[in-house]
Amino acid sequence: MSLEFDWLFLAEIVLAGLGAGGLYALTGLAFVMIYKATRVVNLAIGEMLMIGAYLCFGLVTAMNLPMWLAILVAVIGSGVAGALLERVAIRPMLGESPISVFMVTVGLASILVGVVELIWTSEPRRLPEFMPATPVMIGEAFVPPKVFYGFLVAAVLIGVALAVFRFWRGGVALRATASDQQAAYSMGIDVPKVFSLSWSVAAMIAAIAGVIVGAVGGISSTMGVFGLSVLVVVIVGGLDSVLGALVAGLLIGVVESLAGGFLGGEYKLLATFLILIVVLLVRPYGLFGTHEIERL
Amino acid sequence: MHPGKASPILEVEGLTLSFGGIKALTDVGFEVAPGSITTVIGPNGAGKTSLFNTISGFYKPSVGRIRFQGADITATRPPERARLGLARSFQNIALFRGMTVLDNIKLGRHAHLRTNVFDALVYFGRARHEEMKLREEIEERIIDFLEIDHIRHMPVSVLSYGLQKRVEMARALAMRPKVLMLDEPVAGMNREETEDMARFILDVREEWGVTVLMVEHDMGMVMDLSDHVVVLNFGQVIADGTPAEVQADPEVIKAYLGSGEVSELRQRLHQALAVGT
Repeated sequence: MSLEFDWLFLAEIVLAGLGAGGLYALTGLAFVMIYKATRVVNLAIGEMLMIGAYLCFGLVTAMNLPMWLAILVAVIGSGVAGALLERVAIRPMLGESPISVFMVTVGLASILVGVVELIWTSEPRRLPEFMPATPVMIGEAFVPPKVFYGFLVAAVLIGVALAVFRFWRGGVALRATASDQQAAYSMGIDVPKVFSLSWSVAAMIAAIAGVIVGAVGGISSTMGVFGLSVLVVVIVGGLDSVLGALVAGLLIGVVESLAGGFLGGEYKLLATFLILIVVLLVRPYGLFGTHEIERL
Repeated sequence: MHPGKASPILEVEGLTLSFGGIKALTDVGFEVAPGSITTVIGPNGAGKTSLFNTISGFYKPSVGRIRFQGADITATRPPERARLGLARSFQNIALFRGMTVLDNIKLGRHAHLRTNVFDALVYFGRARHEEMKLREEIEERIIDFLEIDHIRHMPVSVLSYGLQKRVEMARALAMRPKVLMLDEPVAGMNREETEDMARFILDVREEWGVTVLMVEHDMGMVMDLSDHVVVLNFGQVIADGTPAEVQADPEVIKAYLGSGEVSELRQRLHQALAVGT
């Protein structure tokens, strides 16, 4: 082993990890939103992300829309689909045990994969290039442009989402609903509307994440596995904590990248789940999760 | 203040509610006069909270009508009922934990705010600004009135039970209700807290002009405060009248005999007669 440690290599790996982590954090945010509002552990979040990416792909290839318009329409379409899923699959389960609802989302995930394979087959596809291709240098470290711009978009979106929750009354309604549904309902907060809005917005966020993930690594009917890492992120961060999703997202991204860079690609998931086990042993509610929700 | 003289603010008519074959309420009907304090009493499991939940709109009755200020609200959803002026507290305190007292109270104004984007655009308009100011003044008045100024920035989860009940009442008042529904406002309170709460309930009616409909077990308080008492047993109204009428009703005594509270009821009756009510 050489004494000369390659600091530049480390820096590049950490930066790439942060890039991936930004997407974890963004998707984690979508997950936490659904959980906070409706108390549903949504295992289909990875598949919702996939649907967003495929919608965008379909609009570009079949309808020849320009990429920006395709993304816009795909995001709006995902939002509508999210509200629809809530109404058709989740709302009827109101009052059922959390495990039953959880199983519904598992089924939902399979259905979404099936739909994608029916329409687009299980063949991996590539999204058209839409991000600048010039290499990005931070100091001396090279960052792949897609990762860099992906991170940028994720960061901006997370910022917007946080601001909206903080200052828009809908955010207050979401907090109140998360805290006590019955009280919120009796105080003029339209709880069913909060439910469908949270699913709709989460689906839109997931769609954006899906387009970026697809642009970086291509799309396929198995890209929903991305949701598995996101599940680890939100469990580590605490299911109901937005801050937790953000911190854990970056953490998992960096750790995966370090494990992949220094130990080899097959150690990525090993590292992720090792963190999961350790966190669950030390803090069963996750890093920032509480029984009560303190902030959004 | 005689119930029945003015047209009632709230009317419940032939209400029947069942959960999968089990009847929680059967043909329940009564009226609440504007400006009155009306109390629903009855042994445990008589259907008092079910009745409250039906009036709030959480449960849909299979038969019957609920009228608020003359308008049929049987099919109206809970958020709209809140907007019309029905506010309530819960038997098991339902505050937004993790938020401060002030945040909880401020959420009371949510009933009257709309949440669509176009309204948000005019959010900073002048009329809006004035309305916000007015609301803040009302909230300040409520905080003064319920004597909770010293705890306004505390998280509700650290407060005592009695104070939490008071904050819940403050939050309901912040909705500027016409009818305030209180589900067991003094349950689990000590004597002193109960007396405070009784005073607040009377003042809510006198100073704020709010009609009160409550469910309560504390017979002393019920008989002291109420203008009108409705007695439920096994989901049916067995008596309906002034406190004195209800106390003398043999059906009521029989209902309470089963739950062993009759001696207390008689004692209260004697006490009430002694002070000359």
